[in-house]
Amino acid sequence: MEPAPFFITLKTAAVSTALTFFLGIGLAFFVLRMKRGKGLADAIITLPLVLPPTVVGFFLLLTFGKKSALGSFLLEQGIALVFTWKAAVIAAVIVSLPLMYRTARGAFEQMDENILAAARTLGVSEWRIFWHLLLPNARHGILAGLVLSFTRALGEFGATIMFAGNIPGVTQTMSTAVYAAIQANDYDLAFQWAIALVVFSLFFVVLMNVWMGHLSRNQ
Amino acid sequence: MLEVTLKKKLRDFTLSVDFVAEDEVFALLGASGCGKSMTLRCIAGLERPDSGRIALNGRVLFDSSRGIDLPPQRRQVGYLFQNYALFPDMTVRENILFALRGTRTEKERILEENIARFHLEELTEAYPAALSGGQQQRVALARILAAGSELLLLDEPFSALDSHLKWQLELELTELLGSLGGAAILVSHSRNEAYRMARHIAVMERGELMTVSDREEVFRHPATLSAARLTGCKNVSKASYEEGKLLARDWGLSLRLPESEEVASARYVGIRAHHLERVEAMGENVFPMEVVRVIEDVFSFRILLRPVGTAGEPLLWELAKEAWQEAQSVSPLLIHLPPERLLLLRR
Repeated sequence: MEPAPFFITLKTAAVSTALTFFLGIGLAFFVLRMKRGKGLADAIITLPLVLPPTVVGFFLLLTFGKKSALGSFLLEQGIALVFTWKAAVIAAVIVSLPLMYRTARGAFEQMDENILAAARTLGVSEWRIFWHLLLPNARHGILAGLVLSFTRALGEFGATIMFAGNIPGVTQTMSTAVYAAIQANDYDLAFQWAIALVVFSLFFVVLMNVWMGHLSRNQ
Repeated sequence: MLEVTLKKKLRDFTLSVDFVAEDEVFALLGASGCGKSMTLRCIAGLERPDSGRIALNGRVLFDSSRGIDLPPQRRQVGYLFQNYALFPDMTVRENILFALRGTRTEKERILEENIARFHLEELTEAYPAALSGGQQQRVALARILAAGSELLLLDEPFSALDSHLKWQLELELTELLGSLGGAAILVSHSRNEAYRMARHIAVMERGELMTVSDREEVFRHPATLSAARLTGCKNVSKASYEEGKLLARDWGLSLRLPESEEVASARYVGIRAHHLERVEAMGENVFPMEVVRVIEDVFSFRILLRPVGTAGEPLLWELAKEAWQEAQSVSPLLIHLPPERLLLLRR
């Protein structure tokens, strides 16, 4: 068992979760304050959650591929994305974003509007309200979203294999390694990666539960 | 001084408010959902009126014709919310500090000043969840005054409190408002609270200000049906004026009143339950009445009376316990409706 898929998975999930974290919170905050087109914006961000990941990957291929305007522009700048490690990160961000976005939005919505209104009438700037009231108050939801996004990124398969491929040592993650092992009829190897994924994901979900329990006890 | 003129379309009705409050306590009295809180939210800048003008001490906060709409942060309007809206993750001290700007020493000075003013010394490190309703209200007020508000908006300030606490807090708040001396708007559905705390009272119904007047005036001459009801008038009847007599149709009584424009334009007539009088002999505006029901209250009796020979709405008569002991054996009772006590209501 080569260790590379393990490290590639970890790296991809960590980087994509960091991006998803800020992007998801930012979008949740932005969409909540939208006056028009809220429903549509919400639907578009949530779409990757319900679409088959292969379809997401296919659209990513179309968007960033050589034939698209964006893809050829990026290539001219010397940036190749398709079948690289960066593509795996982008795929993971797109599929895990809805989880972060929705949990953060739900947490923001639970905030007592009067508390924000009180801060405004007391002269507290919107920036300080966001950082000192809204975020701390939504920390449970945001933490849950963080762990959900991370574990989703760990297990990401469909969009990754379409957009980043399954190149050993480059873009082969644990989940694509399971698939490759089955294709090669190596059930022992598939089993080992599968168990590794189960243990790994379980570890993070349990960690989240312990952490959340700790947070609510401190309140 | 606060000048408010605003219109805002709401789901069920249009809010249309126009009043001036001098540096005094001004009460908006109305049933829940009549637009009282929305008016406060517009003044504070939390909601945007469709049109109008709001000015505080000559400073324009909102003017639709000139495109002025200051954000709540720049209005210096303190808003005391019904649930006090303290920041749950901050201690009392942090709650107050969060509203302050300036240098560290300046902030500390204002903090200490308001902690002392509201007797919060023992509570500075407590979180809001650990405080009683009264303590929360004091912290909320300390926070507002520390932030330097020029106007206080009080949204049903006692509705979240147990009744035995209300009295104490009402005294404290009245004292505070007196010492501050600026304008304050009190929103309430309690006529007693409004009467005790405010100099001027405006009655509000479905988004409209019905009457703005002196508090005594509101109670003596409510002028409208909703004002009469809100000020606690229990007996109201539809009325019309014909040939020197005011016909109170719901009661089946015809009242003799001197002719005047007020009488002629009255569409309802009302009388407070404690203004009915028992007399010994028949006379003008005296009617024999029979007892429909007797309800014993803590310090008084409430008697439902119906004029003999009519099938109309009964009238409610409230009288002291001893007075009822005397009257209960008499039948029928002779009841006088004194003309000077009748409330003539235009709408």
